Amino acid sequence: MTVRLGSTVVSPTADEPAVQVRGLVKRYQTTVAVNGLDLTLPRGQVLALLGPNGAGKTTTVEICEGFLRPDGGSVRVLGLDPVSDASRLRPRVGIMPQGGGAYPGVGAEEMLRLVAACAASPLDVDWLLRVLGLDGARRTRYKRLSGGQKQRLSLACALVGRPELVFLDEPTAGMDPQSRLLVWELVAALRADGVSVLLTTHLMDEAEELADQVVIVDHGAVVARGSPAELTATDDQQLRFRTRPGLDVDVLASALPAGCAVSETRPGAYVVRGTITPQVASTVTAWCARHEAYAQDMRVATRSLEDVFLDLTGRELRS
Amino acid sequence: MTDVLSPESRFAPGTFTPSPGRGRVTRMLFTQARTELLLNLRHAEQLLLTMIIPMALLVGLSTLPLLPVDEPRVDSVAPRVFALAVISTAFTGQAIMLGFDRRYGVLKRLAATALPRWSMVGARVLANLAIVAVQLLLLGVVAAFLGWTPSLAGVAGGVCLLLLGVAAFGALGVLVGGALRAEAVLAIANTVWFVLLLAGGVVLPADSLPDGLAVVVRLLPSSALAEGMESVLREGVFPGWAPLVVLLGWAAVAGVSAVRTTRLT
Repeated sequence: MTVRLGSTVVSPTADEPAVQVRGLVKRYQTTVAVNGLDLTLPRGQVLALLGPNGAGKTTTVEICEGFLRPDGGSVRVLGLDPVSDASRLRPRVGIMPQGGGAYPGVGAEEMLRLVAACAASPLDVDWLLRVLGLDGARRTRYKRLSGGQKQRLSLACALVGRPELVFLDEPTAGMDPQSRLLVWELVAALRADGVSVLLTTHLMDEAEELADQVVIVDHGAVVARGSPAELTATDDQQLRFRTRPGLDVDVLASALPAGCAVSETRPGAYVVRGTITPQVASTVTAWCARHEAYAQDMRVATRSLEDVFLDLTGRELRS
Repeated sequence: MTDVLSPESRFAPGTFTPSPGRGRVTRMLFTQARTELLLNLRHAEQLLLTMIIPMALLVGLSTLPLLPVDEPRVDSVAPRVFALAVISTAFTGQAIMLGFDRRYGVLKRLAATALPRWSMVGARVLANLAIVAVQLLLLGVVAAFLGWTPSLAGVAGGVCLLLLGVAAFGALGVLVGGALRAEAVLAIANTVWFVLLLAGGVVLPADSLPDGLAVVVRLLPSSALAEGMESVLREGVFPGWAPLVVLLGWAAVAGVSAVRTTRLT
């Protein structure tokens, strides 16, 4: 159905968010993978779903893609139902599934041309292969591609149809630093051109760098949300530095002004919290000098997204 | 977010401006069918199964007195090897390709595009029919050199049986390849092929098997296809409804089951 306003034909879904999830629930036998999750991705923005392994990120994305049916809650993608409206939705959406996907014996170029054939006005395949560094792998069989090459091919397949909305499930997993930078540049270019992007990651810097909005999930539920700036905002100042591990911090604490606390967060990584003045920095340097050590990488910092993340999701390893 | 998009970005503004839409259906269908056909034709194990083994059986069984069939032997052997070629491609070859395609995530990848589901299935059917056509052409030429003189009156019936055979074995291939782990698919698809070859009425006519076994074997799609092919191409006589009903029945049961059990990954 379309609504006619004056002489312009407007799709009824044009002003709805790119993705809107309300109270999403998904269970697998005995475990609850997603437990009452809400999120909204406005058009033309980048939303990063950040969380530890097993937090429910991929399940959430696969429900939005229409590959899984939710057990509860509602999901609208470009104003449509991802399962029942799949055939209308798929041509408008670009999907990069986790771990990619292609025929084991297909050449990289052959696969991209097949996916491009499914779109009405695809991007130029030769150009896309070139910018994604796959020029030398055009005829390489998919199963012989490196992990990073498979990821880049998968990304190319997600973008080739000029979609309105792109789902990227861990787009930089297994990539070298150059490829990661390329993906970051790509996501920025997509956003600049008005494409909405929902990506999952467990890389803090990736979320911090790319996203308008970060949604931190754990155990299938949202534990925090906001822009990277909002999430890392704090009144607390910190002085971070590295030096020899295992030094006696009590000695330093007694030398610091009142209200400053010091701790060794990881072996050799120290942080002073409180009102940070040049005097504090000088005290730290003197303390290190007494131990015949340098205070390295000293910087005054606010909270990083990593601090926020670890504070919220804990420090123990996830299986 | 910080500005990663530096002035020297490799992406000019407007490069990714959305312009979504579905490609032409015929183009999607034929591109996928061509891709799958080429994948089959350059896959060594598939060629062994679909081309080389049937060819060796055709030559061997036509020239050596191994089977209880009338002379000229090639007139019985060729139609039966045609049936085997269909089983190799539509059942065993397809099940194995599908099993590994699922492992490599290709079904999910294709499902994520604008490709309609019917077209995903249709492209596989087209690719299978094309392979069968290549097989029959090559086997037919070699059989002709061996002195094969088919009954031309039976050609239409033969094509009809072949199409039903591709449907029945294709559905069975999807049933096996669409639900199990790739290694299990490999083992089952090869074992079933071998059992059908020897005891499924393919090279050994059901009549030459023990009575109890013969009754069961006549209900198998392999026997229906091989006996039917021999009847139409050797004698030019359509073998009646029995093989049609058997093939249609297997196609329907396997097809309906496959729709329920096939998974993308």
